[in-house]
Amino acid sequence: MSVAMNEGSAPGAAAVRDETPLRRFISDFCESKIAIAGVLGVLLIAIIAIFAPWLSPTNPYDLATVDIMDSRLSPGKQMMSGVTAFLGTDGMGRDMLSAMFYGLRISLGVGVASGFVALCIGVCVGLAAAYFGGRVDMLIMRVVDLQLSFPAILIALILLATLGKGVDKIVIALIVVQWAYFARTVRATAMVERHKEYIEAATCLALSHRRIVFRHLLPNCLPPLIVVGTVQVASAIALEATLSFLGIGLPVTEPSLGLLISNGFEYMLSGKYWISIYPGLALLFTIVSINLVGDRLRDVLNPRLQR
Amino acid sequence: MSVFIIRRLLQSIVVIWVMSLLVFGGVYLIGDPIDMLINPEADQEDIEAAIRALGLDKPIHEQYWYFLANALKGDLGKSFIFSEPALQLILARAPATMELAIVASLMSIMLGIPLGMWAGLKPDSIAGKSIMTGSILGFSLPSFWVGILFIMLFAVMLGVLPAGGRGPTTEFLGLQVSFLSAKGLSHILLPAVNLALFKLSLVIRLSRAGTQEVIHQDYIKFARAKGLSERRIILVHVLKNILIPVVTVIGLEFGSVIAFAVVTETVFAWPGMGKLIIESIDQLDRPVIVAYLMIIVFMFIVINLLVDILYSILDPRVRLQDIRA
Amino acid sequence: MAVEDLKTHFFTKLGVVKAVNGVSFSVDKGEVVGLVGESGSGKSVTGFSIMGLVDPPGRVVSGRILFKGEDLVQAGERRMRSLRGRRIAMIFQDPMMTLNPVLRIDTQMMEAVKAHADVSTQSARERAREALVRVGIPSPDERLKAYPHQFSGGMRQRVAIATALLHKPDLIVADEPTTALDVTIQGQILYEVQKLCRETGMSLIWITHDLSVVAGLADRICVMYAGVIVETGATSDVLDRSMHPYTKGLIESVPSRNRRGQPLAQIPGMTPSLLNLPPGCSFHPRCPRADEVCLAEPAIAEPAGTGHSVRCFYPHLEQG
Repeated sequence: MSVAMNEGSAPGAAAVRDETPLRRFISDFCESKIAIAGVLGVLLIAIIAIFAPWLSPTNPYDLATVDIMDSRLSPGKQMMSGVTAFLGTDGMGRDMLSAMFYGLRISLGVGVASGFVALCIGVCVGLAAAYFGGRVDMLIMRVVDLQLSFPAILIALILLATLGKGVDKIVIALIVVQWAYFARTVRATAMVERHKEYIEAATCLALSHRRIVFRHLLPNCLPPLIVVGTVQVASAIALEATLSFLGIGLPVTEPSLGLLISNGFEYMLSGKYWISIYPGLALLFTIVSINLVGDRLRDVLNPRLQR
Repeated sequence: MSVFIIRRLLQSIVVIWVMSLLVFGGVYLIGDPIDMLINPEADQEDIEAAIRALGLDKPIHEQYWYFLANALKGDLGKSFIFSEPALQLILARAPATMELAIVASLMSIMLGIPLGMWAGLKPDSIAGKSIMTGSILGFSLPSFWVGILFIMLFAVMLGVLPAGGRGPTTEFLGLQVSFLSAKGLSHILLPAVNLALFKLSLVIRLSRAGTQEVIHQDYIKFARAKGLSERRIILVHVLKNILIPVVTVIGLEFGSVIAFAVVTETVFAWPGMGKLIIESIDQLDRPVIVAYLMIIVFMFIVINLLVDILYSILDPRVRLQDIRA
Repeated sequence: MAVEDLKTHFFTKLGVVKAVNGVSFSVDKGEVVGLVGESGSGKSVTGFSIMGLVDPPGRVVSGRILFKGEDLVQAGERRMRSLRGRRIAMIFQDPMMTLNPVLRIDTQMMEAVKAHADVSTQSARERAREALVRVGIPSPDERLKAYPHQFSGGMRQRVAIATALLHKPDLIVADEPTTALDVTIQGQILYEVQKLCRETGMSLIWITHDLSVVAGLADRICVMYAGVIVETGATSDVLDRSMHPYTKGLIESVPSRNRRGQPLAQIPGMTPSLLNLPPGCSFHPRCPRADEVCLAEPAIAEPAGTGHSVRCFYPHLEQG
């Protein structure tokens, strides 16, 4: 009966809908000017991160061009190679602007990669918990709750202390830290969706588990996932920066923004602020831009707030 | 009541046991325990003696019992660097971290509640909006970078506060503390504010939400109908209602303050457990790392247990649920 | 105490809600006036307007509230605060919500004493104790040290009434104080309040949606509909010789008046949205007697006997 009702209402709904959900979502989203600024910020960061080798004035990791004589130049001075270091140079004589472009690439790469993998794992686990329920659900949620009762930084610290340094290690640590948030979000939404009529209808049609879960359940869990995903990428970037600053994250050969800040920290007391402050501002800009987008997404996608 | 406590106690013991398995797994199975636990600079004879002492020549399950038995005795190995028992080393650093964490927690409550109430009472005023913007910044700024900014501003540019270190300490109830002398206070101020920032934002949000909820309750209107002054209504009727949940949350978050102290202590060279663990990771002083992890997890579980028990006393509904379950 | 052409509007994002839209009535010393209407008719907002406790975005936009010759609409917040709880007191609808859950009863009562009288803690406690005795609460000393959740609903309402009586006010505004209580408790509270009114000679405005409650209590009744008083008069006049179709509808829908087995009379339709009132007489869409005259403009209050007036173009003039 519920199937018949759904079919009956579908053509009517299509006739009423003269704007697609996507278009309505975009127009809703753009109502906030500050959110548009956030989107522009994110785009800028993405472009810089992707095209860093072409955008940077110098290659900061090409040992042939880096000159130790250039070290700790203040912003605006000219380097030995004739290139102006608009944001100064660091202790090794590398152009700060170029180092930051490359650093952004690493920070964003680590954040997005770990966020994506954590999302995939969290979605699978969360969906399994919601769909199978019972003991599976209880066991999974116990683990999730236990992990979430510890702060992210402590879990990352434990992992990195046993695993050691390296890009792969920090990505693993960030995935372990994040998956539980996704799992909890997906499970919560899926639990609600699961008991709705369309899932019962799909079950009545004897569709396979996989088809029901991925074609019917998952698409309806997407809105909260997108919101959590955005916020998680920002917090992963912040966490990676913190860990790298502490010297337990990335190795010196892969300097992310956090590591650049850390490198500059020792020069801070002698007044050479630029080595630490500019990468810090870049980090801040990245995190705030992503969070602005995330906040707006939450407002727009939250069904409770929709009129 | 006691049923509830016993249940939670048993759960905590299970968690600690699982944690011991994980640490054991991390150290003995993933890594090479000889590498991890024995000073790489020791000579062959010492290494063999240590292998025998740690039971590394025994099968895995026996090794685990050795590890567990030693841990229960409080023997978590000796530091390579300091040649002292790791546990003692960490416990010696604990008061500094505790002081920092307590001062930071108190700060976040004492500043956060008034600010949050203000923002809740006057949400559309400039002050109210700036407080909320500030709290959003407090959430999204990485705390280590804020610490660096603090140092740059107050220590380098203005030169009014020291850039790091703990400064002179005074004895108080048998412990060395900083906050009693002016000089010590100047040392603890920046790190404490830095550590408090995140929790401050949290308290501001909680108090604001609480205030906005309470202020529309009938009992506030009734208090007004009694002819009470606005001052009394806010300071007694509103404040007392938001105090319980806010203090509970801050209690729950105390463990995370201690975990975050790792960052603050590194930035401000504060000689606490956090700085020690970072140095130990850097110098591969593994017994200290293992001991720190076991201690902090243990601490977390104790805090969670205490808060749960406290909460069940404050809120009778929690108790009932558990008894029925 | 007299209310003259009071208008209290709420300025919401969706538009102006005219909750009270030109209400006039008076209360003599020692008189009990029942303010009757459905929910959303503006009766509670009238009560809050008298107390000067209309929450934003609501505001008294015009009219006068004369209390012993003083216009409360013009009075400053300071003056209002000194009157509230001392000369004018209020009892609220839901006793579960009117007492602060985290403060003890003695704190909540003694602060009310101290708000208006410069007395020692000891004598404040004594006055709180006396007030509890007056409303019939047994073992007041123990009760003072308790928290609200240790009381039943009826007991809490007694505490609220005791608090309102602390300073022997001239006027009490009671906003549906018995609606949330059991019927038996309702009777007790009604009896207590009536007795206290007689003893102290204070005036009482009793706001309710239940005609049967005010029938035995009030000297006069004002019937409110959509922000205006549609009929007012002595209780017996309004109940037995009601002229407004709305009042008649209200009376006929009281269950006890109906014969067993007969369908319960009801007023068709729903209370109009105060955001978007129907033109003319607001009651016309639900009125059996309405015609195009009612649509054109609102009716004005016409006197219909001593102290009895009705706001209707086609009042029920003869009984039948």
